[in-house]
Amino acid sequence: QALDYRAAPQFSTDEQKTPVDAVTAYNNFYEFGTGKGDPERYAGEMSVDPWSIEVEGECERPGRYALEDLLKPHEYEERIYRLRCVEAWSMVIPWVGVPLAAVLKQLAPTSRAKYVYFETLHDPKQMRGQRSLFSTIEWPYREGLRMNEAMNELSFLAVGLYGETLPNQNGAPIRLVVPWKYGFKSIKSIVRIRFMEERPKTSWEMIAPNEYGFYANVNPEVDHPRWSQKRERRLPSGVLRPNWIETIKFNGYEEQVAHLYKGMDLSRYY
Amino acid sequence: MPAITRNTLIDVFARCLVFIAALVPLVFLVKDVATGDIGPDPGQAITERLGLTAFQFLLLTLAITPLKKVTGWNGWLRYRRMLGLFVFFYASLHILAFLQLLLGWGDLWTTFTQRPYIIAGATAFLLMLPLAVTSTKAMMRRVGRGWKPLHRLIYPAAILVWVHFLWQARSDITEMVVYGLILLVLLGLRAYWFGLPTLIPLRRG
Repeated sequence: QALDYRAAPQFSTDEQKTPVDAVTAYNNFYEFGTGKGDPERYAGEMSVDPWSIEVEGECERPGRYALEDLLKPHEYEERIYRLRCVEAWSMVIPWVGVPLAAVLKQLAPTSRAKYVYFETLHDPKQMRGQRSLFSTIEWPYREGLRMNEAMNELSFLAVGLYGETLPNQNGAPIRLVVPWKYGFKSIKSIVRIRFMEERPKTSWEMIAPNEYGFYANVNPEVDHPRWSQKRERRLPSGVLRPNWIETIKFNGYEEQVAHLYKGMDLSRYY
Repeated sequence: MPAITRNTLIDVFARCLVFIAALVPLVFLVKDVATGDIGPDPGQAITERLGLTAFQFLLLTLAITPLKKVTGWNGWLRYRRMLGLFVFFYASLHILAFLQLLLGWGDLWTTFTQRPYIIAGATAFLLMLPLAVTSTKAMMRRVGRGWKPLHRLIYPAAILVWVHFLWQARSDITEMVVYGLILLVLLGLRAYWFGLPTLIPLRRG
């Protein structure tokens, strides 16, 4: 379904966009299986209408919100962001949505809110990956940001891509997009937002804390224990000649976000 | 005499069939690459598929002895060497794909000394190297009584390959649990029938 939006060129890259069929057919969304094609194949089993989000914790307007009510006050904009996966591939995707900060402000976080935590839908009936006996993820999928990261102008809530409603496999009906962090931070199909004083535990950190940290900023100087992060394959990649490009610190968004991490040892807080 | 000729013909025909069947995974891979069905990240997909195919052939090779024992037909043995060489073939392609398509021949030292799952896979390949080299009739004769104990290196190689996969399973290990159970049955049957010591590589007798 086509969406109404205005372009936000100040937040967009002019790099070549990854074709829509690659963006919608090559996904990590383990709720529907660990194969890259599984989400496209099985995400149709999830119903995204109606959708509501539970808001709780350190804020003045907690409660259960219908998605439309949460989005009503905002105009959609299109932002063309780079997406860098921790697995060393990347895409360029035109998202449609609203700044995360605008939505969070309307929920009126209190001064005790130091972090914001998100959860993906947990419904094994609709999500076959959650029915797997040997999954190491403790469902639901959990992510979080420090409050100043969440309020950064780049943090985005997407409801569409390529001008249309988000396909289920890309995290319909609403997902986070944090372009300077590895893709797993950009949690999909959000059903819960919680403002917290303490730093929340996040899913990949729970599974393998030595491999995935809370911050997960794109950083070519800090290798994943199993592979180098110095380069990435920009998709679609060639067969005999992979489309290698150098990975840039903070995925090229250093100017907008580097100040958030001043004085932090990023090899320790990876 | 005519009977022998006929049996020989059937044998040659059967070997050809197995050979062609063993190339089917490669044909499908080439087809998927040619049509674009391989997806937007072909390097990753090609490397993964070649590796998994090698592992599947390894399990198939290890299934020959149990098949012989269960069915009482010795004919299975005729195809074991060919299957074993296909393990080596697909494993070699897998490593070439990894070096060319994923690593780009850079970072070699770090990759092969610092990444445990790579070390497991590379060690498995090194263990299989002498087996491929000594697979001909002439080499079998030259190696003589040591041949069988040498070729038991395939057991630790198989376990290392499984570890190599398990280490990479990102969150759902169901598939590798299944492969692990198959491997356990294949090795367990040997231990049960012939005794645990017969699984130890390089041990004579």
